[in-house]
Amino acid sequence: MRISRRILAGLATASLAVTATSCGGGSSTSGSFDDTVTVGILHSLSGTMAISESTLVDTEKMAIAEINAAGGVTVDGKSYKIEYIVEDGASDWPTFAEKSKKLIDQDGVPVVFGGWTSASRKAMLPVYESKDAFLYYPIQYEAQECSNNIFYTGASPNQQSEPATDFMFKRSPAAGKPFFLVGSDYVFPRTSNTITKEQLKSLGGTVVGEDYLPLGNTEVAPIISKIKKALAPTGGGVIINTLNGDQNVAFFKQIQDAGITPSNGYYVMNYSIAEEEISTIGPEFLEGHYGAWNYMMSIDTPESKKFAADFKALYGSDRVVADPQESAYNMVYLWKQAVEDAGTFENSAVREALVGQTFDAPQGPVEVMPNHHLAQTVRIGLIKPEGGFEILEETDGVVYPQAWNQFEPSSKGYACDWTDPSKGERYKL
Amino acid sequence: MELLLDSLFNGVAIGSVLLVAALGLAIVFGLMGVINLAHGELMMLGAYTTYVTQLIFKLPLLKPYYNAYVIVSIFLAFIVSGVVGILLEKTVIRKLYGSPLETLLATWGVSLILQQFVRSVPLAYGTGLVISLIIGLFLPTTFPLRIKESINFKYFKFSSWIFAALTGVLTGNVISSSVSKLSRASARNVDVTAPAWMRGQVEILGTAFPKTRLMIIIITLISVIAITLFLNQSAWGMRIRAVTQNRKMSDCLGISTEKVDVLTFGIGSGLAGVAGVAVSLLGSVGPNVGGNYIVGCFMVVVLGGVGNLLGTVLASFGIGIMTDLIGAGRLLSIWPDMPLPLSNTINFFATTSMARVMIFALIVIFLQFKPTGLFPQKGRMVES
Repeated sequence: MRISRRILAGLATASLAVTATSCGGGSSTSGSFDDTVTVGILHSLSGTMAISESTLVDTEKMAIAEINAAGGVTVDGKSYKIEYIVEDGASDWPTFAEKSKKLIDQDGVPVVFGGWTSASRKAMLPVYESKDAFLYYPIQYEAQECSNNIFYTGASPNQQSEPATDFMFKRSPAAGKPFFLVGSDYVFPRTSNTITKEQLKSLGGTVVGEDYLPLGNTEVAPIISKIKKALAPTGGGVIINTLNGDQNVAFFKQIQDAGITPSNGYYVMNYSIAEEEISTIGPEFLEGHYGAWNYMMSIDTPESKKFAADFKALYGSDRVVADPQESAYNMVYLWKQAVEDAGTFENSAVREALVGQTFDAPQGPVEVMPNHHLAQTVRIGLIKPEGGFEILEETDGVVYPQAWNQFEPSSKGYACDWTDPSKGERYKL
Repeated sequence: MELLLDSLFNGVAIGSVLLVAALGLAIVFGLMGVINLAHGELMMLGAYTTYVTQLIFKLPLLKPYYNAYVIVSIFLAFIVSGVVGILLEKTVIRKLYGSPLETLLATWGVSLILQQFVRSVPLAYGTGLVISLIIGLFLPTTFPLRIKESINFKYFKFSSWIFAALTGVLTGNVISSSVSKLSRASARNVDVTAPAWMRGQVEILGTAFPKTRLMIIIITLISVIAITLFLNQSAWGMRIRAVTQNRKMSDCLGISTEKVDVLTFGIGSGLAGVAGVAVSLLGSVGPNVGGNYIVGCFMVVVLGGVGNLLGTVLASFGIGIMTDLIGAGRLLSIWPDMPLPLSNTINFFATTSMARVMIFALIVIFLQFKPTGLFPQKGRMVES
């Protein structure tokens, strides 16, 4: 008893030290506005996800500053300056739920921009639904969810993995060859791979193996021998990679050493590697492999160039912009437009005004659909030796989002429509 | 034959990563009985040392020798982690011998401090700090005996620490101004790229093996041989063994147990640094890199039998071979037409996650029958 109490005390002190949170404040009011409105920003600023999520905070701050510089939000003839409260989700899913409650109840924010991992979104979802508040979530994800209180600006699988699988199977140098699926062991890779398997079945392709690396594990030797065993007989093939974060570094370093390279006929299609990750992992390991996103920094339009240049001007010339940041940027603007159309900050009015909003995003025009997802363009890119993507193909116009996947057997034939009360979250097509 | 060779190599490759990581712990935990939860972070320091060395070797002055940086960083990592280990022993652990729970908590605290340190201190100044620690700790020991025994030795000691601090600040600034990547603090993971001669594959007996894996196996073998020779052949090795077997008696016979403790802990920590070099070749280097290995290290030491190096070696390779055998579904290729229920079971466990579960389950079962591991410590111990 004496011992266990001592351990508990020690653990408690130690965990207090780790979970020290940080809170940021908004900027002060300036004279030219009639009033201010405070929004919530909720991402991890500490812990393992901080590296990725802090770039979203930077982008959201930039969008808010741009809107303020252009006169703020105009509601009912009054101009509002946007201020923000930044909360730290600390890479800990229950913390996301707690901080959401705090932002909604204590700070009374009309909207929260936040989240990255699906686990954090799943933790926050009940909070927003029970309080009828609104969360804007900017990350490409596995879908199979459609909440009346969440607005998803990232890609659903039919806007990323499905066109990518189609490309790899039909038009890549490894067209027609078998597939091997590798991912980190959590919900996104498993769901995404289920969809890929069903899709390949209908295309007539084969999956010769799949494996999942537990989070934090970097020993990929058994996976490499399985890939070799499965793909060597056909002289290479396609590897679909949904590994997370640092595990990619271990994976690419070791497959290159093992001779699993584009020059030997092995092509990796990545769903979680954007410009930021390419520069971290090192383009020399990724050169010749592929990625699929809605936004790529190399898009050659004035909007895209301006977005990248503004971000670099604000945060340093060595910074890059990538798809998740573009989604985060879009969602702030879409919220502003919806509020102005609704003429109020009140939730249900904004929600109604939001559907149908269009915005000339850095990736091209996007539109909010009745299922609270975004219609957007899909691009396939080849990773260049100097980093970044060479865009190989892009869809003709936007791809409409499916909240319920049409390849996954459990959701086939279902859709989501919040504009029609008789349809709602999940109805049969 | 090729299949067998491939499987054996994979098993040895996985095992040698485990072994090199656990070797230092086998000494610190095995011989000294210290539960050092900061062992992973000492590995992390070794990995960061490799990264810093790599960048320094990219400077124009050292560029011609770039190919040798991995070899140099093995020695540097041993020194860096060793010195931090010695400091850790002198400040924290020395007071806590014989109280494992307090040691556990204190070293866990140290591991958090070290993680936060690399996150929030620019690596250039971190390097400067380590250099001043090395000078401060070792400079006084090089003074002639006459000075060491003089009553004014403390002033000499003090002035050498001042010298060390100045050198540290100076080198920190020099590195910071010449290598821009090291001048800013960052929580971002960094990357060590092996020099060209260590990348790619080499063909042995018709099978291609990755060179980095071979390099890790070689590093591991050299470390094991060196540490075995040191413990069994050298005078200090004999003193270490004497102290671990009977501390009081050794003390009575005139062995400075204090010195032995510092030395043992320093060597164990230094080996963690060497392990850091090895793992930096496989994956990325970040503040959390040590945490990924610490459980595996303890598992290997416990399974091998605490206090027995041979046990640690066998346990590492055993786990490595089992991981490959189960995780890659090798049994199916060895015996292709086995009955369906059996092959289904094997396929079920033939994923990395399930292989891990299976290995842990097997270890738990094994420890039910042999709770003290493969090679239990024999003989009378004063502590027990």
